[in-house]
Amino acid sequence: MILHLFSYGAFFTTVALTYAIICLGLNVQWGQTGLFNVGVAGFVGLGAYVSALLTTPHSAEHIGGFGLPILAGWLGAALAAGLATLCVGWLTLRLRADYLAIATFGFAVVVQLCLLNLQPITGGALGIAFIPRPFAASAHDPARFGALNLAVMAAVVLALYLALERLGRSPWGRVLRAIREDETAALALGKNATRFRLQAFAIGGAIMGLGGAAQGHFIGFIAPDNYLPMLTFQVWVMLIVGGSGNNRGAILGAIVVWGIWALSASAIAAVVPADQQARTASLQIVLIGVALCAILLLRPRGILGEVRIVSRHLLPGSRLRQRLPHADRR
Amino acid sequence: MPPMDAVAGEAPFIEARDLVKQFGGMRVVDGMSIALARGEMVGLIGPNGAGKSTMFNLLAGSLRPTSGEIIMDGADISSEGPETRIAHGLGRTFQIPRPFGEMTVLENVLTGGQGQSGERLWVNFLRPRRVATEEKAAVEKARGLLDFLRLTPLALEPARVLSGGQRKLLELARILMADPQAILLDEPAAGVNPALLELIIDRVQALHAQGRTILLIEHNMEMVARLCSRVAVMATGRLLAQGTPGEVARDPAVLRAYLGSTA
Ligand SMILES: Nc1ncnc2c1ncn2[C@@H]1O[C@H](COP(=O)(O)OP(=O)(O)OP(=O)(O)O)[C@@H](O)[C@H]1O
Ligand SMILES: [Mg+2]
Repeated sequence: MILHLFSYGAFFTTVALTYAIICLGLNVQWGQTGLFNVGVAGFVGLGAYVSALLTTPHSAEHIGGFGLPILAGWLGAALAAGLATLCVGWLTLRLRADYLAIATFGFAVVVQLCLLNLQPITGGALGIAFIPRPFAASAHDPARFGALNLAVMAAVVLALYLALERLGRSPWGRVLRAIREDETAALALGKNATRFRLQAFAIGGAIMGLGGAAQGHFIGFIAPDNYLPMLTFQVWVMLIVGGSGNNRGAILGAIVVWGIWALSASAIAAVVPADQQARTASLQIVLIGVALCAILLLRPRGILGEVRIVSRHLLPGSRLRQRLPHADRR
Repeated sequence: MPPMDAVAGEAPFIEARDLVKQFGGMRVVDGMSIALARGEMVGLIGPNGAGKSTMFNLLAGSLRPTSGEIIMDGADISSEGPETRIAHGLGRTFQIPRPFGEMTVLENVLTGGQGQSGERLWVNFLRPRRVATEEKAAVEKARGLLDFLRLTPLALEPARVLSGGQRKLLELARILMADPQAILLDEPAAGVNPALLELIIDRVQALHAQGRTILLIEHNMEMVARLCSRVAVMATGRLLAQGTPGEVARDPAVLRAYLGSTA
C-alpha cells in the first residue's frame, strides 16, 4: 500500500515537473520579457513529436523512428522548438505585441493540424506509441522506476532553474528587464531590443520543446489531442498562480495547479457515474478558473510574486532579494 | 538656410542637413540644418513646441526623418535605428526622463554600459569569470558616476522612487556610463532646484572640458549663456537665428518668436 502510494506520488510529481519545465519556458517569455505567447501547446507538441520520431525504433506505420538515445531526442526537441520559435519571433517580434499573440496562436493551430493530418510522419490521430521511457529496464519495479524518473526530472528542473537564475542576474537579464521597462530608453542606450527579445523568445520555446519531449518520454505515448489550447491555458494558469517573473513561482505554480487538476479528476471519477464523465470533465476547467480567481484576489502577483533581481556581482546579500511591494505597479 | 559653420575648415562631427519631420499634415521640423564641430558645445533654444525635442529624436534615431540627412563623423546614419547611435559615439537624454522604474538606480546606470560580454547570452555560461570581472569594473564606474551626480545614497533604491530632478540626474548618469563622444542633452536642468542647477552646470562644463561634443536644449538662458559660446534658435521647425548668446538675445526675430508672433 505504502509502496503503491509512493509510486503514485512519484508519478504525480514527475508529471508536475514536466509541466514545471514548460512553465519555466513561458516565464522566460512572459515573466521576464513580456512576450505574450498563446501558442504554448504548439511548441510543446513540436518538441514531443520531434523527440518521439528521433528515438522510437523504425516503424511500419509512419516515417521516421531513428532509434536514437533519449538524450538525443531531448536535445533535438529543444533545438527544433527553439528554431520554430525563432522563426515565428523573427516574423512577428518587430510588429506590435498583439500580432505576436495571433501568430503564436496560429502556430499552435498549424502544429495541431499537422500532427493530426501528416499521418505518414506523425501517425495521425492515433499518435505515436512505444516511445522509449527512461529507465525502462527497471519498469518491472514500479517504486524504483518512479524514483529514478523523478530524480532525473528533478535534476532537469534544477539545472534549468539554476541556468535561468544565472541568466536573469547577468548583464543579459538586466538588458532584458530594461527593455521590458522602457524599450525606447533601452534603444537609446544602444541595446538591440529585437535581438534580446528574440533570444528570450527562442530560449523559452526551446525549453517548452524540452518539456514536451520529457513529458512524451515519461508517459510513453503522445497524440495530437494532448496539444490542444487547453494545454496552453493550463500552463498560463500555472505561471500566474505561482508568480509570473519568478522562476521558483513557475515551478511551484506547476505543482499546485497540476495537483488541483489531478485531484479534481480523481474526485470526479469517484463521484460521477462513468457514462457522464466526459461531460463533467469541463467541471475541472471551471474549478481551475475558480482557483485562479481566488489566487488573483488574494495574491494578485501569484503565490510568490516577482522578486527584484539584482546583478549577481553587485551587493552584500541583504538587499539582493527584496520582494516587490504589491501596490503601485502597472 | 545653410548649415552653421562650426569651426571653419574642419568637417563637422555631427551634421543635420535639411531635416524634415512631418506628423500628419504638420511639419514639426521643417528644413532644419545644424552642425557641430568635435568638442563644441552648442545651445539649442526656442519657444515651446518649436520642434527642439523632435529634432533630438531625429538626430538620435528615435524618429525617422521625412527627408533630410544626418551625418555623424562623415557617415550617413539617417536610416539607422536608434540602437546603433551609441556605437557611432552619440548619446542622448530625454526631456521627460525614462528611468527603468523597477530596477535600482545603480542598475539603471549599469544598463548604460557598452560592450559588456555578459550581455551576450552564451558568454555567461562559457566565460563566467570574464563576465564577473567586467561587471565588477562596470559597478566601479557606475558608482563613480553616481558619486559625480550625488545619487550615491539612492543607489539601491528602485528608480521609480526618484524625484523629478533626481530622475534628470539619473538620465545623465546612465548616458555617461556609455561614454559617448557626443551628447544631446534635452533640458538637463528643468525642474531641478537651484543648488542642483549649479551642480548640473558644473557637470556639463566638466564633460565639455573632457572634449565631448554637446548639444544642449535649455530654456534657462542664463545657463545657456554660461555654457555655450554658440546658440541656435529654433522656431516653428526652422533655424531662426544663430550666434553668440548675446547676439541672439538682441535679435528682433528671436524676440518676436518668443512673444509668439512668428506664425
Ligand atoms: N508624435 C507626434 N505626433 C504629432 N505631433 C507631435 C509629435 N511629437 C511632437 N509633436 C508636435 O511637434 C511640436 C514640437 O514638439 P517638440 O517636443 O519638438 O517641441 P520642443 O521644442 O521640444 O518644445 P518644449 O520646449 O516645450 O519641450 C509640438 O507642437 C508637438 O505637439
Ligand atoms: Mg522639448
